[in-house]
This record gives sequence, C-alpha cells and structure tokens, in this order.
Amino acid sequence: MSEYAVEMCDIVIRFPGVLANDHVNFTLKPGEIHALLGENGAGKSTLMNVLAGLYQPTSGQIKINDQVVQFHSPKDAIAQGIGMVHQHFMLVPSQTVTENILLGLERPRFFLNLPQFDQQILALQEQFGLRVDPKAKIWQLSVGEQQRVEILKTLYRGANILIMDEPTAVLAPKEITELMKTLRQMANQGKSIIFISHKLHEVMAIADRVTVLRKGRVTAAGQPMAGLTRAELAQMMVGRKVVFTVEKRPHDPGEVVLRLQNVSAENDKGLPALKNVSLEIRSGEILGIAGVSGNGQSELAQVITGLRPCQGLITVNGQPVSNRPPIEAIRLGVSHIPEDRTKVGTAPNLSITENSIMKNYRDDPIGDGWRINFNNARTYARNLKEKYAILAPGVRTLARKLSGGNLQKVILAREISAHPRLIVAVQPTRGLDVGAIESIQTLLLEQRDEGAAILLISEELEELMALSDRIAGMFSGMIMGTVPAQLRYLDEIGLMMTGTLIDQ
Amino acid sequence: MPFRIIVEKRVEDVPKWLPAATSLGAVVLAFLICGVILELIGGDALRVLRFFYQATFGSWGVFSDTLVKATPLILVGLACTVAFRMRLWNIGAEGQFYVGAFAASLVVLVPLVSPDRPKVVILTAMLVMGLIGGAVWAFIPGLLKARYQVNEIITTLMLNYVAILWNNYWIFGKWSEGGFQMTPTFARSSWLPRLADYAREIPAFAGITLHLGVVFAIIAAAIVWWVLYRSRWGYEINLIGDNPQAARYAGINISRNIILVLMFSGALAGLAGMSEISGVVHRLQERISPGYGFTGIIVAWLAKLNPFAVILVSILFGALILAGREIQPSGLPQLLQGIILFMVISSDVLLRYKIRLERAVVSKP
Ligand SMILES: Nc1ncnc2c1ncn2[C@@H]1O[C@H](COP(=O)(O)OP(=O)(O)OP(=O)(O)O)[C@@H](O)[C@H]1O
Ligand SMILES: [Mg+2]
Repeated sequence: MSEYAVEMCDIVIRFPGVLANDHVNFTLKPGEIHALLGENGAGKSTLMNVLAGLYQPTSGQIKINDQVVQFHSPKDAIAQGIGMVHQHFMLVPSQTVTENILLGLERPRFFLNLPQFDQQILALQEQFGLRVDPKAKIWQLSVGEQQRVEILKTLYRGANILIMDEPTAVLAPKEITELMKTLRQMANQGKSIIFISHKLHEVMAIADRVTVLRKGRVTAAGQPMAGLTRAELAQMMVGRKVVFTVEKRPHDPGEVVLRLQNVSAENDKGLPALKNVSLEIRSGEILGIAGVSGNGQSELAQVITGLRPCQGLITVNGQPVSNRPPIEAIRLGVSHIPEDRTKVGTAPNLSITENSIMKNYRDDPIGDGWRINFNNARTYARNLKEKYAILAPGVRTLARKLSGGNLQKVILAREISAHPRLIVAVQPTRGLDVGAIESIQTLLLEQRDEGAAILLISEELEELMALSDRIAGMFSGMIMGTVPAQLRYLDEIGLMMTGTLIDQ
Repeated sequence: MPFRIIVEKRVEDVPKWLPAATSLGAVVLAFLICGVILELIGGDALRVLRFFYQATFGSWGVFSDTLVKATPLILVGLACTVAFRMRLWNIGAEGQFYVGAFAASLVVLVPLVSPDRPKVVILTAMLVMGLIGGAVWAFIPGLLKARYQVNEIITTLMLNYVAILWNNYWIFGKWSEGGFQMTPTFARSSWLPRLADYAREIPAFAGITLHLGVVFAIIAAAIVWWVLYRSRWGYEINLIGDNPQAARYAGINISRNIILVLMFSGALAGLAGMSEISGVVHRLQERISPGYGFTGIIVAWLAKLNPFAVILVSILFGALILAGREIQPSGLPQLLQGIILFMVISSDVLLRYKIRLERAVVSKP
C-alpha cells in the first residue's frame, strides 16, 4: 500500500482577480480523517473542487495512490474513487432515496428493479451505520438524513476518498455526533476522509491531522492533531490571537419592540409548526431561541418578517406586521438574516452591489425617483465590503463566485448596517471563520447597545450564551419558558429543548 | 492517437468579446452549412448568396425593405426580452400583435377619431390604442398567473388563436371589403410617414418605403434598455428573474410585477401591430403577421436578452424574411433560420466549456 492516498503538489488555481490556491501541497493518508481549515475565502472549497474534478488547476499535479492522474470532469474523479459531499445538497426532492442514489449511473439501464437495489443500499447502510429508509422521498427527510443520502451516493459509486465540505454547518448537535461516529467508522474501514469545518472543537475531536490554508497558501501542512490547542489552530488560521469571548455589557432594555400574541402557523407541508407562541423583546435586548432545528424556529422567523401567514397578532413598535406583505416589516425597520443564504438571502447571478441594495434600493441616495443611482449603490457596497472584510475582487463580482462565508458576510453587512429596530437573526454566524464570528458578534452587540431588539435563533448553545440576555427554549412549535442567559440555567435550557415546561 | 480533444468546464470568466464572436461565428457557419446543402442538391451556393445579398442589402431601396421587415421583429423581440428577463414565458406576442393592430384600426374604422383631424392626432391615437390593445391582451394571462398560478405558457399560447379569430370575425363579418378578408384601405391621414413621402423635396427618397415605425422601434429599444439596466423596476425584474424567493424577501410584490411586466411586454407587441398596419399594410386584414410573434421569441433568445442586440438580430432575420419572399418557394431562408438558431444555441457550449487539444500522455502503469 502506498503511503498516501492522495498527494496534491504545487496546486495553483487562479480566478480573475484572485489567486485562490497558491502552490498548495496537500497529502491524505489511507484511513485517516484530515481536517482542512482556513479563513473564509482561504481556498478550501476550491482545492477540494480540484480534487473532485470540478476545476482544473492552472498548474500542479495530483497523485492518487502514487499514480499521477488528470481529471477533466467529476466523472474522472469518481472513477478514481473520490466522492464529494457539497454543502448544498444535489438531490431530487420528489424521488426516493434509492432513486437518488442510482441517478446518473450507467446501470441499471432500462429496467429498474428497485427492491433489489433497496437491499444493496441497506447493506451499505449497515456497513457504515448510515441509517435512512431507502423508500422514503427526499422531501420527507431531515437535513441530516439528506446528508446521509449524499454520503451513501458517493459510497455506492465506490468512493474510497470522501470529501466533506462544511458538513456540520447545517446539522443539529445530535446529528453532528452521529455524523462523527459514522466518519470514524468509515475511517476504521479504510476510507480516507477530508473534513472542512469552521468549528474548531469538532475538528479537534475527530481529525487525525490538520492542514491550514491562509489566503491561498498553506500555513500548516498535515500536522498531527494531537497536542494542538484551539487557540493555536485559530492563530494558524487568521494569523492573530482570537478572543473567543466577546464582551457583553449589562443590558438596559427599553420599551417593547417585538410582541407576539398567541401566534400559530403551519409549515410547508401543512402541519402545525407554531402553537400559540407569545413573546416580547425590548429595545436593547437580545432574546435567544434555543432548540433543535425543525421545532418551529424557521417558521417563527418567517411569520415575523411577513414571509409566512399565521394566526394571532405580531406587532413591531406597536404596528401590526402579521399577515402583511414583507415590505411593511422592512419599512418598520425589521432586518432579517435568513436561514438559507443561497435560496433566500441572495441572488446568485447578480453582483455584490445589487445584492447589497436589496433592502434599500428604494431609498435615497440609491433610489432616485424611478431610477437607481448605481454610482451611489457601488459606493455603498464598497463601504460594506471594506467594513465587513468581504473578500472579493470588487463589488461587481457576482454573488455565486463568493466563498460560502463571504456570501454570508454580504447578507450580514446588508442587514446589520441598515440601523434596524429589530433584527431577526437565524444562525447568523453559520459558515463564518473564527475571526469573522468574533467581529460579527461584536457588531450584533453594538446594535443591541444602540437600542435594537434582536431575536437570535441558533443551535449553538455557546453562541446563544455569549450573545443573549434571555433565552427561550423552543420545542415542537411551543415556547417552553424563558430564563436569563446565565450558566446556572444551563440545565433548564436543556430541559426546555427536550420538551419540559419551565416556569420563570 | 497522438492528440486528444479535451473539454473542460470554464472556471474563469468568459472574455467580453466571446459571446458576440461565437454568435457571429454561428451565423457564418450556418450560411456555410446551407451552402453545402445547396451544392449537394445541385444548386449554385455562391449565386444564391449573391442573390441573397442583392435582395436584402444590395441597395438603399432593398435595405430599406429589410429594415421595414425588421421593425416589427425588433418590437416583438423587445416584448419577449422584457418578459423573459423575469422568466415569464410570454409566447403570446403574436396574439398581442393582432390585438394591437385591431385596437389601432378602431381609430380609423369606428372611427374613434375623425379622418379630417390632423395626422398627428390620428397617429397618436392609433399608437396609444396599439399599446393599450397589446397590454390588455397580456393582462389576461398576467392576472391568471398572479391570482391563480395558471401557467402563462399555455394561456399566452392559447390567446394567440383567440386573437387571430377575433380579428377574422371583424374583417370577414363587419368591415369586409367586397367579401374579401380585409377592410377597405385606410385614409392617408392614418398612414405613418414614409421616406417616399418626401421624394419631392429629396429625390433620393423616391420609392423608399421605410416608415416612422422603425423610429418607434429604436426608441423602444432605448427605453427597454433604460428600464432594465437603470431603473428601480428593472432591478426588481432582474431580481425576480434570478431568484424569486430573494425578491419576495426583499419586499418586492411579485404578483404585481407579473401583471405589469406582461402588460409592458404586450404593449410592445401591440405597438408592432400598430406600426405594421399603419406603416405597411394600411388596412386590417388576415395574416398581417407571418408569425412575427414567434420569430420574436427566437430573436430575443439569440440576442441574449440584450435590447440593442435585438436590433441587430432583427435586421438579420428581416433580411431572411425578405429574401424568403424573393426566393420563394424554395424555403431556403427558413432552413437558414433554423440552422442559425441551432448553431447559436449550440455555440453556448463554447461559453461554458473550454476545448483544448492536448498531446496524449501515456499514463504510467
Ligand atoms: N468560480 C469562481 N470565480 C471566481 N472566483 C472564485 C470562484 N470560486 C471561488 N472564488 C474565489 O476564490 C477564493 C477562495 O474561495 P473558496 O470558496 O475556496 O474559499 P473557502 O476557503 O471555501 O471559504 P469559506 O470558508 O468561506 O467557504 C475566494 O476569494 C472566492 O471569491
Ligand atoms: Mg467553502
């Protein structure tokens, strides 16, 4: 057996205006889990896209099991046993798990003996502990299960080398634990895994070795994980010391900004998603919503911003916003950091400028009567790019060319800089690197100190504790109680998240 | 084989000139293919090409005829461009064209404005009626889509037939001239001015049929460009077209825009109808359009939804229609049209993929 399953030597990838990979070397040993770390825009996804055959490097060489290979398309990479699970799943919602796994394969050609394939897939699941019903339709599955389907898809195609691009960003904590177990099991059976994540504690828990990229260059090449601390990792990534705790001043709540009274709503499938929710947030206050995703958090954000109909009353500064078009909430100063940055938050084929004026193109100085003053719009976008350290060649760059974290920053810049009265923030720091998380959290606290009310929906307890003033637990569409965001209430928060009512 | 052809997905930006170059190349290639076919069936390709050129661009007279054919194409091409930008598939420009022509005719036939009024008044009335006619016809599918999510492809397509039959009813039943399927010729006061009208002052204009409609078309292209690239409304249209969910999140009223954009699109197609009857046909009759509404879809597509490119593509297609009339009944221009469309659509591959020739390497065992 060769020493390395994968060897990437001197890889250079140049995009217009960006050197995304600058002579990168990367090695992967058989049976190891190798973490790939780096700031937003450091070039991690790009490097992995090269390995998966999506991009051809300007120069450089790839060796698989000591053999030089050249990939001209993902097909070539799959033939060499490389499989990639992208952050945005590529599944057909109306088809079953088995159908999705077989999709695009040469065989079966004409007749689909589904039960037989169901069996094969069950056997594969057994081997790696990836449980999901082969007959279920994709739309019925949770995000975690869909991810398992993606993994099964690559395994079914014979992948020995598995690339996972930020797999945990979309998962609930429990699903993350399960994924970790599966990955370990796969590695034990000889598969090699590349794991990209911004969550350092996960990386430290699972990875054998780590490679760190910064601005397209390698700053740590395949260092053994053992012995590295979180602070050291962070320093290698961003090149400076990172303070993991943001400073939160004592809060001084003002009048009520957001009020929900007995609000109920249905989800997309027509099932009850919110049940009689009542809550209040005051100016200068951050209310955190703790809960396992899928318990009504998304719907909560949507009814407040006018994107989903509901029963009951929602007011912002005393003005009703429930069941009104989204524009009314926007006019009342409601900002919304949506859960899904590509489906809802941005338009992929429009520029950074056009994406940053989505909420204020009607107003002076960008809106000017019937026209849009694009000069002012560009100046505005340039300022945001500067202030939020959005990494891109220019503001004319199309949104789809941004790295995941930088796209998230465009949304954050747009929504936070509008001087909102209320911010509805769903997983605001998802996909951001440690440095960016620190600065975004600081900015959110600044908004709070200036009198904004913030509804923070997050699955990360650490983030909720760091930012919130009060924390409400959500379970099955109901608010189970509210407690101050202090460490001594951690038990209560856990109880609320699993369905116990807490009186406060 | 010592060489391999390698097709790779493009990572870098497409150079600015490439789309135009591939489109041009596709047109040239289409002509070449047609030439080969002609030679194969025993024709003289060069002679046909020369004839084609003579008949369409050979002199000011025929070039003006080409422009006259291009005029309605520009307008319907713009109509489709506007709608397609928002991913609204209006394939009812044909019907909107007919209703625009019908509405403009009402000014003369009812008459809504007495023929003794000044020409400016009559023509303005016809212009406005043409715009309104097309817009009203497009309002129907717009409302159905905005309110009840009825697929606009089906409704706009079906309404084409309704419009044509509606038109037929009036020219057969009410305003028929001596039983023919046409109305009497309109009074001269309702004709769009033509260059030939000024032949007495400038002799070179004698016999040149170019009419004011072409100016309408160019102004319309400029307006559409401004709307799409500079206005708030255009920003909304582009945003809805790229990601409707993001547009809704940005507070844009999508239903209202469906109706408004379809009406704008219909108005442009209706204007084409008005310009055609007032500038060329001078009466309402059967088959005032040889399928302009459908050709407009192709024009918009080939122009990559760019209003100024619509003008250029329309002139090419105007020439093909004109030559078609001259070379009848060979059907060659239709063949050419089909091949051009085919080539241009296939040339898109060059924009998305890179093709390299590489010396084949013998991979080490
Ligand atoms: N198709 C593209 N065209 C132009 N530039 C691109 C393209 N894809 C990526 N880039 C640029 O290359 C750089 C590296 O991007 P990449 O997606 O690899 O970052 P990343 O390390 O995955 O970051 P993140 O943690 O934010 O996901 C970024 O500056 C990005 O803007
Ligand atoms: Mg990435």
